[in-house]
Amino acid sequence: MRNDVLIAGFGGQGVLLAGNLLSYAAIDEGKNVSYFPAYGVEKRGGSATCTVVIADGAVGSPVVGQPSTLVVLNQASLDRFGARVRPNGICIVNSSLVDCSTLNRDDIRVVKVPMNEIATELGDLRMVNMVAMGAYVALTGVVDMTSLAAGLEQVLPERNHRFIPANLKAIEAGAQAALR
Amino acid sequence: MSKRLFVKGNEAAAMGAVEAGCRYYFGYPITPQSDIPEYLSRELPKLDGEFIQAESEIGAINMLLGASACGRRAMTSSSSPGISLKQEGISYMAGAELPGVIINISRSGPGLGGIDASQADYFQAVKGGGHGGYHIPVLAPNSVQEMYDLTMHAFDLADLYRTPVMLLGDSVIGQMKEALVPNPRPVRELPEKSWAVRGKSNAEQRVVKSLFLGDGELEAHNWHLHAKYQVMKEKECISEEYETADADLLVVGFGSVSRIAHTAVAMAREAGLKAGLFRPVTLFPFPEQALQKAAARAGKVLVVELNTGQMVEDVRLSVAGAAKVSFYGRPPGAGSLPSPEELFEVIRKQYDQAS
Amino acid sequence: MQQVFRRPESLKDVQTHFCPGCHHGTIHRLVADAMDHFGVQQRTIGVASVGCSVFLYGYFDIDVVEAPHGRAPAVATGVKRARPDSFVFTYQGDGDLAAIGTAEIIHAANRGEDITVIFVNNTTYGMTGGQMAPTTLVGQKTSTSPYGRDKSKDGSPIRMAELLAQLGGVAFSARVAVDSPKHVLEAKKVIREAFGFQVEGKGFSFVEVLSACPTNWGMTPLAATARIGAEMIPYFPLGVFKKEENA
Repeated sequence: MRNDVLIAGFGGQGVLLAGNLLSYAAIDEGKNVSYFPAYGVEKRGGSATCTVVIADGAVGSPVVGQPSTLVVLNQASLDRFGARVRPNGICIVNSSLVDCSTLNRDDIRVVKVPMNEIATELGDLRMVNMVAMGAYVALTGVVDMTSLAAGLEQVLPERNHRFIPANLKAIEAGAQAALR
Repeated sequence: MSKRLFVKGNEAAAMGAVEAGCRYYFGYPITPQSDIPEYLSRELPKLDGEFIQAESEIGAINMLLGASACGRRAMTSSSSPGISLKQEGISYMAGAELPGVIINISRSGPGLGGIDASQADYFQAVKGGGHGGYHIPVLAPNSVQEMYDLTMHAFDLADLYRTPVMLLGDSVIGQMKEALVPNPRPVRELPEKSWAVRGKSNAEQRVVKSLFLGDGELEAHNWHLHAKYQVMKEKECISEEYETADADLLVVGFGSVSRIAHTAVAMAREAGLKAGLFRPVTLFPFPEQALQKAAARAGKVLVVELNTGQMVEDVRLSVAGAAKVSFYGRPPGAGSLPSPEELFEVIRKQYDQAS
Repeated sequence: MQQVFRRPESLKDVQTHFCPGCHHGTIHRLVADAMDHFGVQQRTIGVASVGCSVFLYGYFDIDVVEAPHGRAPAVATGVKRARPDSFVFTYQGDGDLAAIGTAEIIHAANRGEDITVIFVNNTTYGMTGGQMAPTTLVGQKTSTSPYGRDKSKDGSPIRMAELLAQLGGVAFSARVAVDSPKHVLEAKKVIREAFGFQVEGKGFSFVEVLSACPTNWGMTPLAATARIGAEMIPYFPLGVFKKEENA
């Protein structure tokens, strides 16, 4: 098994945290993982992307040209990376902010999840990244949902552990929306 | 087995330094390696060590020189423009035969360039970046685990050969996170530092210097340094091979590119192409003999670098005509990091040309 | 019979390479005398700089690390941090300290490194053949200021002792001269005082010593010595500019 995903959005959407969470979950399952972040020179507000590769054997390249899954949280990311998704791959789109009409791909599966709405409904827009991860894990089964829950404890600083239950709800809601 | 941690390459190098017994770090902030000073500024004081944020890269390398002259394990780290500033000190350390570890998480250039992954400092690292015709061992990790392991190895090499040692990575290796098993420092017999200054202590005066003015003195000193490089070439080459036994095309890449090429070679194998990968781990000493063997067996070599062609020169010298050598490279910069798919296409074309 | 004069323990019994009339020999002696006074020879690590004073290890019977040009304060920082029990001093000329090594001296001083810096100011680059230094006086002719130092183009001579006295990390900063027996005795006292600051762990200490370079000034030793009082001291006043027990 070798699975890769490119998660992209703008700074502040929790893209890097989402990638870290996924990585911790996979590490806990004894898998090999590479997490490769890329962000602009500016510390705030630029674009943020990360590539996570999860494999049973050697990870190989931490850099991926054609990801099997693309998770896009904003329009600019879809415009930039939409064409790169590997044929027969999946593109998970934050439909709250992203218009998919520009994406002319009939060779991939596009899954629209209104991530901002779901997160806001659950009480905090900042959980948009959790909704995205719930959707991704539900669609690919790369890691167990329970590992994702365990990963939260490692990726969140101690002082934010009180938000874990809310984050788990967001993950769950993202999963349900993706499978709907 | 120790627990698997999940850390950045930069942090792994800093952890490796601490495990290797390094208690002195001197540095100056520069992207993309600042995780290293940040980690050590936090950890070294807890271990009765010293962390100094120096006034410049020049200040930092000279503090390293001073601490090393006292026989202590010491380190600095930087990225390309900062490494250029350190070259003066590295040359002095090479001349005075002082151990020390320098981590270069290189970035693109020339000049201010950019912060993207780069292999454009290969020449500077392996050909003696400062004046005076010296070499230092250069190690090129390609994983977070190796950032840890090879940093420890760098300290041993430094003490064993009384030389500065460079760890050459880039932002892919420095910034990516992977699992790390923080193994304890390997036990290796190292010579006593009977040259280190300590205050005379009613014994023989000790002097750490690189000035040799007497007739024939400097020539003899340079022959002595040269002899050390020859021993390194015999004993310290490290390389790695993947699918080379039956390969008819040998892809050669180091550091981050070797990881990308690894996947490209796997893709080639899936497509029925008998490609293999040769990865120099030590860039100096360059694994000439192992490469020569693998290249002669394959008959065809493709060198891939994130620059316009540097290591390819050492590959050509090593192969010495035993195989046809071609090159694929991209100058470093935003968006120029090749993907495995791109390298696979390059590999495939090699076969198209052949048929 | 009472012995009234002898070579300090910290100096080797060798002849120096310095030119006739050069003051390095005198200054070496004063530094060695201060080391003897505090009994620190056996735990001293000297840091040599680039210039006429590079052969420090040839004259002082102590451990020595040679620093790149201007970098002695950074090297000394590494040495002192690595061996806090050692006594560490640098010995630097004006090109070394006040030109190429400005960043290193300012920041080592500002960090309050527990080291002593002996700064020999002879208004010229001695070893390279008498070029203009940052301390060259306005109007002074050197091999690279053949028409005399021009303030409008070359700037003014830097007063390092006063400059460093401004910094928070500096405990002691002074300027002395060795052009007369009286000044030599004063210099001996001040260098001892500076060393005392380090011996007692009181922080960074700095002594600038006005010195003659007859060869590069194109003067006889006597004329060169006279120039110190006539031209240098009026611009580079002698005195203690800072003495702060808790810098």
